[in-house]
Amino acid sequence: MLPSHAPMIDIRDVSKSFTLHNQGSATIPVMQGATLAVGPGECVGLVGASGAGKSTLMRLIYGNYLAASGQILIGGLDVVRAEPRQILELRRKTLGYVSQFLRVVPRVSTLDVVAEPLLAVDTPLDLARDRAASLLAELNIPERLWSLSPTTFSGGEQQRVNIARGFAYDYPAMLLDEPTASLDARNRATVLGLIGAAKARGAAIIGIFHDEAARDQVCDRFIDVSAFAPRAAA
Amino acid sequence: MHPLLQVNNIRKMYGARIGCTDVSFDLFPGEVMGIVGESGSGKSTLLNCLAGHLDTDGGEVIFDTRDRGPVDTLTMSEPERRMLGRTDWAFVHQHARDGLRMSVSAGGNIGERLMAVGGRHYGDIRASAVDWLDRVEIEENRVDDRPSAFSGGMQQRLQIARNLVTGPRLVFMDEPTGGLDVSVQARLLDLLRGLVREMGLSAIIVTHDLAVVRLLADRLMVMKSGHVVETGLTDQVLDDPQHAYTQLLVSSVLQV
Repeated sequence: MLPSHAPMIDIRDVSKSFTLHNQGSATIPVMQGATLAVGPGECVGLVGASGAGKSTLMRLIYGNYLAASGQILIGGLDVVRAEPRQILELRRKTLGYVSQFLRVVPRVSTLDVVAEPLLAVDTPLDLARDRAASLLAELNIPERLWSLSPTTFSGGEQQRVNIARGFAYDYPAMLLDEPTASLDARNRATVLGLIGAAKARGAAIIGIFHDEAARDQVCDRFIDVSAFAPRAAA
Repeated sequence: MHPLLQVNNIRKMYGARIGCTDVSFDLFPGEVMGIVGESGSGKSTLLNCLAGHLDTDGGEVIFDTRDRGPVDTLTMSEPERRMLGRTDWAFVHQHARDGLRMSVSAGGNIGERLMAVGGRHYGDIRASAVDWLDRVEIEENRVDDRPSAFSGGMQQRLQIARNLVTGPRLVFMDEPTGGLDVSVQARLLDLLRGLVREMGLSAIIVTHDLAVVRLLADRLMVMKSGHVVETGLTDQVLDDPQHAYTQLLVSSVLQV
């Protein structure tokens, strides 16, 4: 059990570099000294120019990228050193990620794509589908599409399916990568409402928002990731 | 939680040539591990060593049996190992005809495995067979047809039904979607994913298809020339490969 005052997401002195073995083993440092903490109910916006490392930091937190050093504690688990099965457990129960791209098994219905995170934590099928249906309705995905695979949907529809899936289960920590990009005003308001509700129930959130109005509405503070750019070697 | 399978220093030589060597890992209940690598990397050799189809030149494959706890399956008596192969273990071959009896009906293929573990009541066995045909999306009216009258995708689904009917805890799969049309592959992947979750199966899947492992496997082991060169969480290995060979493998995939 975590002490109640502890931050949900606690990132300490994280660095990252890529070594391109097939291109002369060039080593490219991309991040150094990344440090930030997010408490329950707080939403922190990552800012910085394109290429500054916002998405890289998100992928490090989610465990897609392997950090070279430092600690990334989510609910007390250090993602940098955790076993794959511990990270999978973390992703099932603690850490959600709304990426910009929907990646699903072909042929699975939209309703079940959205319900899947709930089924993964043993929610009964009818309850999971009810929750999925209400999210899809809220995000204005027409009901006649629910039984179809989202692989054939338009970009905007896929994005909304992705958001519904990301908010189906109440994760204590969430990563949001451009959740409002390319949404119309109505759907954008719905997504901002979902983010507000997640904060109200105590979720710790890190987000990337290019939409400044959206950013100002949901973020409590901002972190400029340019501060984590690697310093040139002396 | 205890590992379901503990693999320690498995080694297989073909004369002076290395089949696979220094392979060690733990597999936990409910975990799906993918083994990837190009042809000749030793991935199929490893799978066949683990499943007891090939003799090894060293190492241990310790399985957490229901009645005796962890036992090294490589030193088990032959009847004991055969029993394991009919109950808690299953093996899905790339070519369905290697895992099916082509001269026996679809229902018989499923029923045979039940009878091997003591099923005697004809009505129950047939009901079970029909139930499993339905789960793998084969119509009930095909129950008396021989698999030779089935399409490749149906044969593969029948092979999966035959393997899973006894409720195994560990499934070995050798290129389970290889040689199938892409649309049939998708259906099979969906089916496998559902069954793995519902039954809480652990699985080891050998494939050269990175898209298949991304959808099915929790974690990945990358092999080259008989050695494991990289292991980790599936999306981490694919999104941020560390070893030169894995980087080459990932960057060689055609984008669609």
